[in-house]
Amino acid sequence: MLSGLSKKIFPKSLWIYHCNSGACNGCDIEILNVLTPYYDVERFGMKLVASPRHADVMLISGAVTRPTLPLVKKAYDAIPAPKLVFAIGSCAVGGGCWFDTYNVSGGADKAVPVNYFIPGCPPRPEAIIYGVALALGLVDKKASPVELKQVEFPIDMYERNRAWEDRNAIYKLLDN
Amino acid sequence: MWLISKIKQVLMVLKPGIVTLKYPFEPHPVPSDFRGQPEWDHHKCIGCGGCAAHCPARTIMIRDVCQELRIMLYDSSRCTYCGRCSDVCPESAISMSEKFENATEDKNDNTVSLELFMLTCHRCGRCYNHEKTNIIDKMEIRGYRYDSLEYRAVIPMVSEQLNETYLKRTENYQRPKK
Repeated sequence: MLSGLSKKIFPKSLWIYHCNSGACNGCDIEILNVLTPYYDVERFGMKLVASPRHADVMLISGAVTRPTLPLVKKAYDAIPAPKLVFAIGSCAVGGGCWFDTYNVSGGADKAVPVNYFIPGCPPRPEAIIYGVALALGLVDKKASPVELKQVEFPIDMYERNRAWEDRNAIYKLLDN
Repeated sequence: MWLISKIKQVLMVLKPGIVTLKYPFEPHPVPSDFRGQPEWDHHKCIGCGGCAAHCPARTIMIRDVCQELRIMLYDSSRCTYCGRCSDVCPESAISMSEKFENATEDKNDNTVSLELFMLTCHRCGRCYNHEKTNIIDKMEIRGYRYDSLEYRAVIPMVSEQLNETYLKRTENYQRPKK
């Protein structure tokens, strides 16, 4: 749905503003790698711009650290209204290894609303291109939550728990 | 003069041809030692929780719903794909796959949950795995019974090869004293 919507909102080239919010430069190198002739994301009309005021898309790399948090918010506000935010790398997606440290806000989505997540440490250039193509609606989404079960549970524990809760509800009613 | 240099440039460019990858339209294989998203083999996992203890980003969480059921959750959003979980796994149930196309709109798309059915040991009360890949169960197939020292001495023997003399010889075996 979002990709269809972004096709309507962004019919022409996307201009990208790259925002490093405390990354180790691994993701930044991969983002620059995407712009090289070998990977060449410019065939989709993407272009790196220096100012957020010219940009449609904001790439955030790095767990948003406490010093950069107000700056990231400021840069996000400076982008004109139909805007997309990409979180690139494990740090930006979920905080990485530093998800619970004192000086890190724990991911880009804690600071600004994020539209697309591209995990990886760093993500391959192909993975970034895939995320971009997903946003443009060129490819299908491949990730989906997986549930594995070793054996089917012989005693229906869920039912038992529910029955216990039902029985407990009577006591709660009695208390009231 | 400028024209000649331009023609030279065109010829120089023609020599290597087009080098740009056609990636999103054509698949691009990963190198052989690439570490992608870790994959669980739920037939092999014994639920020891070594991966959860070793994960630097603490992406694997263990939740014991009850005595018999253990749920392991893998949250890929902050996974750094270091491969330590697959290194530490004693049953090699975790392997690093070649999957890297994980871009999503929703962080929960990259989670894996694994439900393990655990049995409790008759002696110590701790949980162990139910599947027949387990060593205790394998020994049970061979004729191992709990709390019988005579049979305990002949665990390595299959029940068809049970030796009467060997059983007699081990009749007076004692439980080791403290």
